[in-house]
Amino acid sequence: MLIKVVLILAVAVVSLFMLRGHGARRQALRRLGLLAFAAVAVVSIIFPDLLTAVAQKINVGRGADLLLYVLIVVFFSYVASRYVRDRRADQRVTALARRLALSEAPPPRGALPAAGPEPQTGLAGGPTPEAP
Amino acid sequence: MPATGFDDVWVVIPVYNEAAVFASVLADVTGTFGHVCVVDDCSTDGSAAIAQEFAGRGVRLVRHPFNLGQGAALQTGLEYVLGDPLMRRVITFDADGQHHVADAVAMVERLDASGATPAGPAGQASSRPGLDVVLGSRFLGGGKGEMGGAKRLVLKAAIAYTNLVVGMKLTDTHNGLRAMNRRAVAALHITQNGMAHATEILEQVKRANLAYVEHKVKISYSPYAKAKGQSLLNAINILVDLVLR
Repeated sequence: MLIKVVLILAVAVVSLFMLRGHGARRQALRRLGLLAFAAVAVVSIIFPDLLTAVAQKINVGRGADLLLYVLIVVFFSYVASRYVRDRRADQRVTALARRLALSEAPPPRGALPAAGPEPQTGLAGGPTPEAP
Repeated sequence: MPATGFDDVWVVIPVYNEAAVFASVLADVTGTFGHVCVVDDCSTDGSAAIAQEFAGRGVRLVRHPFNLGQGAALQTGLEYVLGDPLMRRVITFDADGQHHVADAVAMVERLDASGATPAGPAGQASSRPGLDVVLGSRFLGGGKGEMGGAKRLVLKAAIAYTNLVVGMKLTDTHNGLRAMNRRAVAALHITQNGMAHATEILEQVKRANLAYVEHKVKISYSPYAKAKGQSLLNAINILVDLVLR
């Protein structure tokens, strides 16, 4: 069935697209894709029969079915891109947290700041090392 | 502080909620090693307070402001010990009591601690005789690793997969006991916050052309460690993290 091939290809392309490439190029492509999505949506609202005609061309029964399939692909692409973006955000947060942790840590050698649990280089309002 | 020949050695121990066994682990480690960096990954059970009690015995506590994962904690510890100019060798050690200090001692003594020239254009890597990394292995020489059949099966699958991805031939790829020299520590940049860091470390060891070897170690699966240990489902998380980078 043609639709199966089309959908599987779409899923594969979207996955690759989401995992590779970066920067302005990808952002531009994503915006173009969104624009095309909106245009198709408007056209299909004005001419609902058009959607059905296209659906029948690729052996999908009704336009509504085609819409559902496309929606699934779009949703999947959203989840994939979200995953990648979350990972990047995680890495930034990790770097930040690590700098904070290291800046509050005692020096590796030499005596510790005697009784005071507050590290000298600690940031104001940071967590205190002692939590009884 | 114990008087040993390990003044250039740092033990990095990432810890997350191991209060039940952590004091005995730290007592063991500080009995041999005088410099220990505990990275507390925002434990909620007082593990950090236990580490603080050992401050007088050379334990330095670094605390993540929130939970980031074991890979992140390891990287934090490595960056901390790089701040000590006298550091030449590092051991990574698990906080749950599954490792043995005697193994760590044997491993760290196999390292080449001299070739740690941070700067210098003379990149004669191939002429260095010593080892940069010693990796603990519970399976080396046909060891069974003291674990149940199902878990061993999953672990063996993970090891086979990791060897395939990394292009190495190791008998154990997910062992938290490692020894490395300064050169190796500086070459590592762990970005996998979760458990997939084990594979990432190996990849970077390979990419940086570090000289490595496996070392037979004993793993003790106490009932406590068994109850806590990585579940079978966690193996799936590791796989997904590895594939979807």
